[in-house]
Amino acid sequence: MNRLPLPALKYCGSGMLVRIQHPDPAWYPRLFGILTLLIVLWPMLVYSEFKPWILFEAQSLAASWHFLASFAPPAHSGEFLHLLLVATWQTVAVATAGLTLALLGAIPLTLLAAESLSVSQIETGRMRLAGRLVRQAARWLLILLRSVPELVWALLFVRIVGLGPTAGVLAIALTYSGMLGKVYAEILDSSESQSTQVLLKNGASRLAALFYGSLPEAAPELISYTTYRWECAIRGSVVMGFVGAGGLGQRMDESLKMLAGSEVASMLIIFVLLVGAADRVSTLLRSRLD
Amino acid sequence: MMRTAISRQTALLLLGLLLLIAASFYSLVLKWGELFSADALRSGLEFVRGFSPPELAWSFLSRILDATLETFSMSALSTLIAVVFGVVLALPASRRLGAVPYAVIRFLLNVLRSIPELVWASILLIAAGLGPFAGTLALAAHTTGVLGRLFADALENLPPAPEASLRINGASPLAAFFYAALPQAMPQLLSYTLYRWENNIRAAAVLGVVGAGGLGQMLKYHLSLFQMPQAATVIIAMLAMVALVDAISFWLRRSLTR
Repeated sequence: MNRLPLPALKYCGSGMLVRIQHPDPAWYPRLFGILTLLIVLWPMLVYSEFKPWILFEAQSLAASWHFLASFAPPAHSGEFLHLLLVATWQTVAVATAGLTLALLGAIPLTLLAAESLSVSQIETGRMRLAGRLVRQAARWLLILLRSVPELVWALLFVRIVGLGPTAGVLAIALTYSGMLGKVYAEILDSSESQSTQVLLKNGASRLAALFYGSLPEAAPELISYTTYRWECAIRGSVVMGFVGAGGLGQRMDESLKMLAGSEVASMLIIFVLLVGAADRVSTLLRSRLD
Repeated sequence: MMRTAISRQTALLLLGLLLLIAASFYSLVLKWGELFSADALRSGLEFVRGFSPPELAWSFLSRILDATLETFSMSALSTLIAVVFGVVLALPASRRLGAVPYAVIRFLLNVLRSIPELVWASILLIAAGLGPFAGTLALAAHTTGVLGRLFADALENLPPAPEASLRINGASPLAAFFYAALPQAMPQLLSYTLYRWENNIRAAAVLGVVGAGGLGQMLKYHLSLFQMPQAATVIIAMLAMVALVDAISFWLRRSLTR
């Protein structure tokens, strides 16, 4: 039994100090941890202007209540539903087109960045300098692409190409080629690379080694990750609508600014259904791979 | 026989995917011509050139620091709130309190999760007003949905023996949960929490675009005034903050979960 750092002392009736141990041996470390957390928490509460009572002031309660009350019934006129349908399709299309372009960018970068496809490493056990430089450059490019949030890319592209889906497609293409490229390279590097190595050693070209060695091995994981990213892209494409990249997000932004609760309600419903459907499709695709 | 059936299905699937991609490109009015025209290239280059050099005046940097701390606090605080609510909601969502609460809470978590942070933020602005508080609540709402589900799955997949043996020996359900289930699940819960924090710092950085405070709000402001050097500094600050949080999280992950 290890000695506790801060034994609890209690003055007993007989005049003796008796050491009382809390039944839980981890009690003091836990208490200490919580106290530290509270001390760290305080400046954060100040910085994030955390004032929950604002929510319960009469004015904001009235505003929220007014807004929420207008949710029911959700807007469902034929014209509005048609509008929603078009916007929803645009959201899906932006995500799909963006991801397709991202693939076009990610695949060549993956081939550059993956270590298991290095030819010079086989011969000497280490990479040639030129190979290493190119590989490192590809990695830096991938990091840059995925570090800038997609919404920031979208904001920038809206300034260059104007409002509309083009900005959204470009933003998804850039961010996701960074993410896909990184993860693809990791998957290729971590999968069983023996067949690839054998092919390369016997003089196969890098592409042949990729197609007959690495790809069959890693295909399920690659496809699974791509479908997962497609699902994320749909969510991202809604969000980018808020900065003017079209689709469901832009409509929602407009309705929110007009405080049109019933329209917001139907859009939220569509939104939950859309994300649910994307989730279902991607699970279906992934389950077919096992 | 089996093999041809599977490959036909796969072929159909592939065909469907290709159709989806083709329809996407066909239906979107993409302005490639405008993007690659000499005019657009020139204005694009000019736009990019406007970013350098980034604004480095001391007064501006101190505002950046303020906004960075604001964003950081939003992400950390919202993750903490989401952990508390996530654990509380994970109890019914891991079938501990019967079938009806299970279904209700799972549905609630799904709704919380499928509405992105930015949409939450723009809705909560109405109740909480402009500023980082709305952003914190928005991040907490979405993250509660994600963590609640992950936590519930983690609790459901625990080996039941330790908790059951405490219960059989007379421990209360709460005590059995705190001393058997929770410690067992802790490494996984911590790892999920750190993962979400890394996500939230990225989300917090951009939430300001709809008026929810932090770096995003500054970025939107300076971009809309075409003050490119300032915008460049904001973007650099975002990247630095994300990298810093990733490093902290990596370190915490190693020292907490081992």
